[in-house]
Amino acid sequence: MSDKKPISSVNDFVVRFANVNGSGSASANELFARAILRHGVPVSPRNIFPSNIQGLPTWYEVRVTEAGHLGARGGVDMMVAMNPQTWDKDIAGIEQGGYLFYDSTKPMPSTKFRDDITVIGVPLTAITNSTYTDPRQRQLFKNIIYLGALCALLDMDPKVIEQLIGEQYKGKEKLLSSNVHALHLGRDWALQNLKCPIGLRVKKADKVGDRIFIEGNSAAALGAVYGGATVCAWYPITPSSSVAEAFTSHCKKYRHDPATGKARYAIVQGEDELASIGIVIGASWNGARAFTATSGPGISLMTEFIGLSYFAEIPAVIMNIQRAGPSTGMPTRTQQCDIIACAYASHGDTKHVLLFPEDPAEAFEFAAAAFDLAERLQTTIFLMLDLDIGMNHRLCRPLKWDDARQYDRGKVMTTEMLDEGRDFGRYLDVDGDGIPYRTYPGTHPTKGSYFTRGTSRDRYARYSEEGTVYADNMQRLVRKFETAQDLVPRPLQANAERPTKYGVIYFGSTAPAMDEAIGLLEARGHQLDRLRIRAFPFHSSVASFLAEHDFVYVVEQNRDSQLRQLIVNENGIDPVRLVPIVHYDGSPITARFIAKAIGDHQDHLKVTPLRKAVS
Amino acid sequence: MTYIAKPKFHHPGLKKNELGYTHRDYEGKISTLCAGCGHDSITASIIEACYELSIEPHRVAKISGIGCSSKTPDYFLGNSHGFNSVHGRMPSVLTGANLANRDLIYLGVSGDGDSASIGFGQFAHSIRRGVNMTYIVENNGVYGLTKGQFSATADRGSKSKKGVTNTDNAIDLVAIALQLGATFVARSFSGDKAQLVPLIAAAIRHKGASFIDVISPCIAFNNHAGSTKSFDYVREHNDAVNRLDVLVGRDPISVDYAPGSVQVVEQHDGSKIALRKLDADYDPHDRLGAMTFLQKHSAKGQIVTGLLYVDPDAEDLHEHLNTVETPLNRLEADDLCPGSAVLDKINASLR
Repeated sequence: MSDKKPISSVNDFVVRFANVNGSGSASANELFARAILRHGVPVSPRNIFPSNIQGLPTWYEVRVTEAGHLGARGGVDMMVAMNPQTWDKDIAGIEQGGYLFYDSTKPMPSTKFRDDITVIGVPLTAITNSTYTDPRQRQLFKNIIYLGALCALLDMDPKVIEQLIGEQYKGKEKLLSSNVHALHLGRDWALQNLKCPIGLRVKKADKVGDRIFIEGNSAAALGAVYGGATVCAWYPITPSSSVAEAFTSHCKKYRHDPATGKARYAIVQGEDELASIGIVIGASWNGARAFTATSGPGISLMTEFIGLSYFAEIPAVIMNIQRAGPSTGMPTRTQQCDIIACAYASHGDTKHVLLFPEDPAEAFEFAAAAFDLAERLQTTIFLMLDLDIGMNHRLCRPLKWDDARQYDRGKVMTTEMLDEGRDFGRYLDVDGDGIPYRTYPGTHPTKGSYFTRGTSRDRYARYSEEGTVYADNMQRLVRKFETAQDLVPRPLQANAERPTKYGVIYFGSTAPAMDEAIGLLEARGHQLDRLRIRAFPFHSSVASFLAEHDFVYVVEQNRDSQLRQLIVNENGIDPVRLVPIVHYDGSPITARFIAKAIGDHQDHLKVTPLRKAVS
Repeated sequence: MTYIAKPKFHHPGLKKNELGYTHRDYEGKISTLCAGCGHDSITASIIEACYELSIEPHRVAKISGIGCSSKTPDYFLGNSHGFNSVHGRMPSVLTGANLANRDLIYLGVSGDGDSASIGFGQFAHSIRRGVNMTYIVENNGVYGLTKGQFSATADRGSKSKKGVTNTDNAIDLVAIALQLGATFVARSFSGDKAQLVPLIAAAIRHKGASFIDVISPCIAFNNHAGSTKSFDYVREHNDAVNRLDVLVGRDPISVDYAPGSVQVVEQHDGSKIALRKLDADYDPHDRLGAMTFLQKHSAKGQIVTGLLYVDPDAEDLHEHLNTVETPLNRLEADDLCPGSAVLDKINASLR
């Protein structure tokens, strides 16, 4: 052993499981996270997995955090190393004084270990082989056995895990008892052969409250159900597929006519992304609330239709669960890298509304709101999630719904309004907000019909290539986008304890790491005001925030600081005043990273007088 | 596509259909296609079919892609909503529209460039899904708007206006539609209104994916010697297997062609198709037979027209999805939102 003391921490540590894809470890690892949650201790788990079905390395990381920090922390206090392929890398990633848990059935040379960590060997293969004869059982129960051993090592209450297993296998007594048996096999072995507990411990607390544990994709899908989406067209793509799958599952539970049993929804797996967005546009044109879910490459394919949605003014909702690009990039790794691609998607002058939820609760709220916005603004609304929110369970406040809420169907001219003699021009700016009235097909025998097209037309939807007519239309679209500023979720500002000339802007899944980083920065003596942007177009408070600070850091998870580009572009600000803080290796950004990057820059500002920016 | 309004006056004595509409009520704007274009004849046939069926014009949604053919929805049913989408992507837009409101009639108008090239996939998938629509391809074998390039339906060996010989094999959309499970498949010729009008009428009444390939000569770029989509060539090689009447519970539609043996097909909605068989051996209920028949005649350079296949008991996409009878676009929060009590239970299950 080294001279470094083993880490000692209660309810504040990171455990990482290194497994082989397809080994059935996912459910055991998730059980571990849920068990800690049931101890009343917040957790923040993350899947780190390859673009592969079987055989390649996969990791599952659980941050145990009584303080409730839900961003990734970085570093590993305990590595459960179950994958020989990644052994060396896994060992190297353990913090000094950390712990290594491994299958000690086969002896390993001492060179394969580090002397500054505590090594805990459990002969998992030997235990499973002596208990089970079926190869698949051996593989699956090995995962539960290591969970049992961890239960003893971390001083967890086995009854909590037993209860969770009971909930999971309710009505399947055989599976229930065999899993509980495996749990105790591992726990008993550890209690008899190892020093339990170790320095890392789980102690019952009351820090979870009424919060729920849900994946962002599932929450967004539920938002679509509550928001009244009736048509979903999608094409499978990681990491967005679980949105449509969850929508399907929710609809099957909640969306059938009680009298006939028939579906109050239609879900089509399109032949590709082009068809999916085409179906969404066709359905929305005809008055249904429709959406698709996709990721970066899907957005690329949809851009022609997105331009049509913008110019022909047809509602559409696209949930973009971002992954690392460009091209195929890293399909199973997270990034916030489609900001520019979505904000200006398609050719010609286009601008689109983007919503940036920070967690599943906001994903639910914003998803539901997206349908109101799409119909109110008659345009495409992007819900911008990413893999880190979408595919990971996240602790968040309970989902809420006001039963008095009615859907905002936007400006729809009805038969009665037409009969009253209201002047209907499809692209007529009646109210000065840039938003025209539309009619649904089939509304009236003689009034209100029009031709929808991607080519230029006048205010009455009549084809026209007159330059002034085209410019008039384009200017109205600008007015509409300005109107959107006050309809989309506003940024949230939090000021430092003391007045400061420094600010930080961030958004989406970066939020929990940013919130934690602020504490770390304050500990280093850096005060920053914060602004969490929740939508594009930017509300006027963004410009105010920029004006009030000498330097503003823009924290985001992409290489080119895309949000910063968008802010510069839309606000006409001197770019030097916006300092990019970017993280783009595909792993979720951490508080440590943010605090170091901003802290180092701040230190530099203090010691070296920075010449004011020259434009 | 034009902004020249058609004069509104009309003869007061124009014949009216069952709903009191005249032909004029089914017309649209003035066509800007070339004089003599086959597409205008198809437009006239659509107008005629809708008039004869006494369809309420505004209950039709007419959807197209991009191209000469896709401009035509502007020229018929002026009181209907039209949608000129993007090149080749009419089928997905139509599918979405159909999902939103199953009560309307959906007319998809496309071209050979639209459907056999960029939109080949969407054509195929809308057919295989059984979308309740009438999908008409106005097939001239050439790109007219870009002035004369071969399309994917141009026959191998046929010649362009500039004398270039096409070396690629042709895609036969009718053969593909049969293969994909279309439940109403027909081919016709824009110059044969007597055959085309009842085909369109029958397709509109058909519940399911109806596909009609209409050979429609391009007067400007594909109406010369060497073209297999010219007026002369099609007239000379047209081999009609049948002609038909559509009966929808009113007086039979008058016909002006010689009677043969008659076969009556009752469709899902109670309408009847009276098939006047010109080829005594042809069976329009035999999908495989139709495919073989097509191939044999194609090898001889003949263009088989008529109702080639029909399944009178077809199901459509809404039946496959088991959707409610109320159009989805009419459902509101009370119908769709599970409410806060359910959400509380969901929250409780997530702890």
